[in-house]
Amino acid sequence: MEKFITHVGTGVPLRRSNVDTDQIIPAVYLKRVTRSGFEDGLFAAWRNDPEFVLNQPQFKSATVLVAGADFGTGSSREHAVWALQNYGFKVVISSRFADIFRGNSLKGGLLTIILDQAEVEAMWEAIEADPATPITVNLEERTVSYGSKSLPFAIDDYTRWRLMEGLDDIGLTLKQTDFIDSFEKKRPAYKPATLPIRS
Amino acid sequence: MGKTLAEKIWAEHVVRQADGEPDLIYIDLHLIHEVTSPQAFDGLRLAGRPVRRPDLTIATEDHNVPTLNIDKPIADPVSKLQVDTLRANCAEFGVRIHSLGDKDQGVVHVVGPQLGITQPGMTIVCGDSHTSTHGAFGALAFGIGTSEVEHVLATQTLPLQRPKTMAINVEGSLKPGVTSKDIILAIIAKIGTGGGQGYVIEYRGSAIRALSMESRMTVCNMSIEAGARAGLIAPDQTTFDYIKGKPHAPEDFDAAVAYWKTLFTDSDAKFDVEVDLNADDLEPFVTWGTNPGQGLPLNAVVPNPADFADSEQRTAAERALVYMGLEAGTPLKKIAIDTVFLGSCTNGRIEDLRAAAEILKGKKIASSLRMLVVPGSARVRLEAEAEGLDKVFLDAGAEWRNAGCSMCLGMNPDQLAVGERSASTSNRNFEGRQGKGGRTHLVSPLVAAATALRGTLSSPADL
Repeated sequence: MEKFITHVGTGVPLRRSNVDTDQIIPAVYLKRVTRSGFEDGLFAAWRNDPEFVLNQPQFKSATVLVAGADFGTGSSREHAVWALQNYGFKVVISSRFADIFRGNSLKGGLLTIILDQAEVEAMWEAIEADPATPITVNLEERTVSYGSKSLPFAIDDYTRWRLMEGLDDIGLTLKQTDFIDSFEKKRPAYKPATLPIRS
Repeated sequence: MGKTLAEKIWAEHVVRQADGEPDLIYIDLHLIHEVTSPQAFDGLRLAGRPVRRPDLTIATEDHNVPTLNIDKPIADPVSKLQVDTLRANCAEFGVRIHSLGDKDQGVVHVVGPQLGITQPGMTIVCGDSHTSTHGAFGALAFGIGTSEVEHVLATQTLPLQRPKTMAINVEGSLKPGVTSKDIILAIIAKIGTGGGQGYVIEYRGSAIRALSMESRMTVCNMSIEAGARAGLIAPDQTTFDYIKGKPHAPEDFDAAVAYWKTLFTDSDAKFDVEVDLNADDLEPFVTWGTNPGQGLPLNAVVPNPADFADSEQRTAAERALVYMGLEAGTPLKKIAIDTVFLGSCTNGRIEDLRAAAEILKGKKIASSLRMLVVPGSARVRLEAEAEGLDKVFLDAGAEWRNAGCSMCLGMNPDQLAVGERSASTSNRNFEGRQGKGGRTHLVSPLVAAATALRGTLSSPADL
């Protein structure tokens, strides 16, 4: 995973709440068996509308998505994170994220940042007034800055460290194999197993 | 201080705890399907890692599969590749799989319970958000993304932040014609689609205890629609009776029951939040909008967005009415339906089919609509056929399909056309969820059946 320390880019204002994962990427786009190429499906239904914000030329190269509350509700499809990343987004800002989406994003290196709804609205206005407004995200200092504003955001130390080091969880957990081995030795016999097959 | 049920299960599964790090949690059962697993198996292959516990892993094919002509190759080449990839991965890594045509093929959340491998006190995960279904057995069960699927395949554990706990107390008794689907739709309307974010919900109270196992699964299934990753119900005699005799029921059943009986929330335990709902007052519920929180009793009218005090909710309602093609003030019961879908991991089990068949028996569905009946698994289909339910549906003019996710999500051939309107027993009414441009009203199996007969959204009492 790529290390994430700071990112500077421009934003796109997505003035919608409850953006569910079926909007981020409809199910019909989930059939690929690879991890790339999902940008085609990003907001597929909405992108048919020429007025949709992602279709506006001034937001074409934006890398920071600033969205309404409850972003990423619905299914557990990590394809939603891949679609955003494949399209070029590095950061998503919202006042509330759905749990599974947030977990997936932070596993995969897409930084999801929670700001107050009032701050999200202020950002929308700033970006709409000047789409070229640079937005700086500093994970080390846990701040989002644009114009004269510098806003702190919360992220737990462990996740921040993992993102800044670009580490994936599996490698970290495999260092704890001894703990897993000893846990398994104590597992009760009445816990079910899928093999051998009983019918 | 005592512990809640979720806290007990959590504590029993901590592999490693360290300050400033998430807990490493052991996973008792990993369910797999074709959509969220190919990239995970690829990751294992690239790193040269095996599946740590194939004996705690099971796969089936559900999201992509057709529900007609299942003896022929899957027509869509991309869907076929995904299903073939799952089969090849399971063969390579030694994972048990129930493929199309097998009696234990079906929606992954119907398959686990029917095999008896979903049991109280377990941790259960799957790359599917409706894994919360298994919480009905008093298990801690939740959906995960593909990175986590790979993590569980490789290590049989997950690093997780401990969730907060929420109690939803449903006291009283349901009126005839009101079901567990109405309970959960009412809960989501009350707390909102984000109300459960960060929580594990425990459903409690006399109305919950009175529910059958399958009705409890419907409630837990839609926990995610309230924003909660997991929802659970303490196991009791209803739970034990349901598991007994299932293929993978514990051989030493008494020892298991003795343990299961320890799985309850202590009387002095504290939840972070408690919510109360009165079951006596509940009516059949239906959604009018494009998220599962936009629901109302069936006797209500389409709301006027101007009546929402919250500006975010007002904008969402305005958008929803445009998408749904509805006018504020229209009685919900006047809304004409094109397609009725009975099925899914929410309401595709045998009790759901029985309840709908009871209403349809000897009657004909309205000529203005089609009705798809899709059993949640091949086993449910066989059971229904043994009881003659297939005949009831076919005689009424409905279609009797093979098992799969079907019209719950627009991924396989069963989809709504642009502008088509459904009454659906599934779990999500998002824009385009059942097919691009399709419009979804979420309902119970009873409302689905009554709607099929009358052609407009209806409750059994309207017949």
